Amino acid sequence: MTAPAAPSSAAPTGARRARTAMAESLLPPIVALLIALVAGDLLILAFGQSPAAVFGLLLEGTWGNAYGFGQVLYKATTLICTGLAVALGLRAGLFNIGAEGQMVVGAFAAALVGMWLPGGTPALLAVPLAIAAALVAGGGAGWVPGVLKARFGAHEVIVTIMLNFIILALVNWIVAAHLRVPETLHTPEIQAGRVARLSTVVPAFHGSAANFTIVAALAAAAFVWWYLFRSRPGFDLRAAGLQPDAAEYGGVRVGRVWIRTLALSGALAGLGGINFVLGYKHYYEEGVTGGFGFLGIAVALVGRNHPLGVVLAAFFFATLSQGGLAINALVPKQFVEVLQGVVILAVAAAVPEVRRVVRLGVGGSGERT
Amino acid sequence: MSMPHDGTSAPPAVAVRMTAIVKRFGPVTANRGASLLVPAGEIHAVVGENGAGKSTLMHILAGLYEPDAGSVEVEGRDVTGWTTREAIAAGVGMVHQHFMLVPTLTVAENVVLGREPRRGLAVDMALAQEQVVALGRQFGLTVDPRRRVADLSVGEAQRVEILKALLRGARILILDEPTAVLSPPETRELWRVLRRLQEGGATTILITHKLDEVMEISSALTVMRHGESTARLTTSETSPAAIARAMVGRDVVLGTGSGTGDRSPAGARDAMAGGRVHALEVQNLVIATPTRERAVDGVTFGIDPGEIFGIAGVEGNGQTELVEAIAGLRHVSSGTVLLGDRDLTRASVRERTDAGLAHIPEDRHRRGLVLDFPVADNLILGLQHRFSRRGRLDREAIGAQAARQVADFDIRPPDAARPARALSGGNQQKVVIAREMGRAYRVLLAAQPTRGVDVGAIEFIHERLRAARAEGKAVLLVSAELPEILALADRIAVMYRGRLAAILDRRDATTERLGALMTGASAADVLPA
Repeated sequence: MTAPAAPSSAAPTGARRARTAMAESLLPPIVALLIALVAGDLLILAFGQSPAAVFGLLLEGTWGNAYGFGQVLYKATTLICTGLAVALGLRAGLFNIGAEGQMVVGAFAAALVGMWLPGGTPALLAVPLAIAAALVAGGGAGWVPGVLKARFGAHEVIVTIMLNFIILALVNWIVAAHLRVPETLHTPEIQAGRVARLSTVVPAFHGSAANFTIVAALAAAAFVWWYLFRSRPGFDLRAAGLQPDAAEYGGVRVGRVWIRTLALSGALAGLGGINFVLGYKHYYEEGVTGGFGFLGIAVALVGRNHPLGVVLAAFFFATLSQGGLAINALVPKQFVEVLQGVVILAVAAAVPEVRRVVRLGVGGSGERT
Repeated sequence: MSMPHDGTSAPPAVAVRMTAIVKRFGPVTANRGASLLVPAGEIHAVVGENGAGKSTLMHILAGLYEPDAGSVEVEGRDVTGWTTREAIAAGVGMVHQHFMLVPTLTVAENVVLGREPRRGLAVDMALAQEQVVALGRQFGLTVDPRRRVADLSVGEAQRVEILKALLRGARILILDEPTAVLSPPETRELWRVLRRLQEGGATTILITHKLDEVMEISSALTVMRHGESTARLTTSETSPAAIARAMVGRDVVLGTGSGTGDRSPAGARDAMAGGRVHALEVQNLVIATPTRERAVDGVTFGIDPGEIFGIAGVEGNGQTELVEAIAGLRHVSSGTVLLGDRDLTRASVRERTDAGLAHIPEDRHRRGLVLDFPVADNLILGLQHRFSRRGRLDREAIGAQAARQVADFDIRPPDAARPARALSGGNQQKVVIAREMGRAYRVLLAAQPTRGVDVGAIEFIHERLRAARAEGKAVLLVSAELPEILALADRIAVMYRGRLAAILDRRDATTERLGALMTGASAADVLPA
């Protein structure tokens, strides 16, 4: 190569380069946000309302009072987990569309453990057991597409999508046929393994679903950061995601990385399942995910596959989701879904990872083991 | 697409005149007052080290970049800051180092892409094929227009690129390192085409690293260094040594001499080989691939400590597969790979590394580096397990190792936090070499170790390989460059269609003999009885 050393990315000092990198990673989401705001304004005007009033109401209903903020916290908890699940996969070059199903089995497994444990089991034992069950179940659901990809070259996108249907149908059948409380569509309430609401410590949150699962979600984000950037398996994972051939040359068994990563990704999504079951309703029912497994893809995208970005993006989407209820009086709540869509499109157009994954997907990354 | 100057009008005396070109990319200045003067009908070489600004200058000429200062004239017309579209319309065509072809389309489809002859709404494919054949015949660029580009050899793909430029009416052709991917016969073929184009009045500008090529094909040359044009020389009045001096700014030991002066001390080598256990031994290796029956078809050789064993051959005769199999990156159908007395045929990459195998892969962009990783992380690629404890990367040790190797191997810029992608080709290769040769090892696989790097880096790499031999390492050197093999290797094997056609002692190896073996002659025909 005689090209002048990729000059655009060359900067004189480490500090300056770090700033450039920071700008590069922060700019797309911010620009996307601005685009979404403008699009939102136009839409609101089309409804004959004032944008200031609508956005004011949206903020008032979310960050403006303790209950609204509690709801944001609750929704962000789930989104952090599913966002991390998708982000971790993307770092390894894997597109895990299965967070939805993995979250469902995680929630279901946690509910089973909570049901079967005797009512008096101390929380210190029951909660970790229920969480472990969610992690193992979600991890298992992620492990399967990993093995199928590494062994047979089955593309993870197809397999995880199909597994979503299988898992949902299977779990819902088990609940409907064997476990449901008569006249309802959910399992009996669990007696052991409940996670305390935040309102037990901060009474202002009273009535909101916010619970201590948020601590587990934030711990998971910290762990994913450490795993990706400070651990050897994380080094292998990122190498395999960026350049599978170079990773293989570097002694990385890429197939094993795929299996390990999808299992871990599934476990993270499974962790998201406990928020509803252990922290909020205390039972499993059809539709526990509320589509947050799929929304995790958007969270990872906007969060640029970085754990910190995922946390921020999770709060953003949680705010939108909760805010939709608040502004229902002025504009239809589907308005926020349009807003979500605009953000996702704008970020997708700007984020290079998306292009790479799309390329990998088209080229069929399943042939290397 | 007829050549323009068919006698009716006098050709303009000057095809290209670039004056005081300045081009900055952020803080980096790629061209600082570079100039280029190319008379019409000349084959003009532009030479210089990696990062000297050659490609930038050519990209400005082809309309890809706009210069920050300076002027560009083509055939007497000021075209400073033109676009690629305008450049193509004015007859300036560029063949890039990395081909811009659609692999799934046929040759004819690629050539006419964007200016397809039409019949009604449909593309007139028959006419397109005719055009390609006619153009090919005119310039001796033979390639079947109906074949898919994915099935072509690199040399053929390059011909398609040239055809593409010619069909668009190029009479000033810019070739960016055209021979980097070609075998010697393909290179000769390219020279023939360029001479033919020259007879037709076309002007060719050729970016290259290889001084023997400059001497062979060009009539004049421009030397670039640090973004400036330091010399404009007439080829017939200069020498490779003088050009190298102008490129590097100091004297350079060129390794293309007889090769007798730099052999390892014979005594040391014999002493080390005394035990009769080869450092690396390959027995009857067979590699079957899905596409070809046998990429490697029964290869046997052994390399002693303190020996450089060279494998010459036209690319695509199984060298890549052979090296990857020894490195553990490719499944072996049958046969054995021994490191010392240890059987590594089925060992993992990591086991091989720990057994003392080092590997400079032929494609540093695909295999040798994770381009988006910082230099420091690339310096431990394959050694992660040595730089971590209980799954935790030892960032301190990684940083210390990087600082040491950046200094030892003169990696520039000396900033290990920079992504490998931001380094020049020569410095990227130094990262690979620092990692592989900067640790304890017994056997080194060096596949095309100097591909696409500049003269200064070539010299550095050759020195390292000789030093490795002197330290008693066994080196397997695979190279498409015969002069490199002849300059370094103690024994030379020629690979042809998956087999070793012959193994020659260095003193029996001549360019002619190796060339004959590379193109399919049998050992009996070539070697003295």
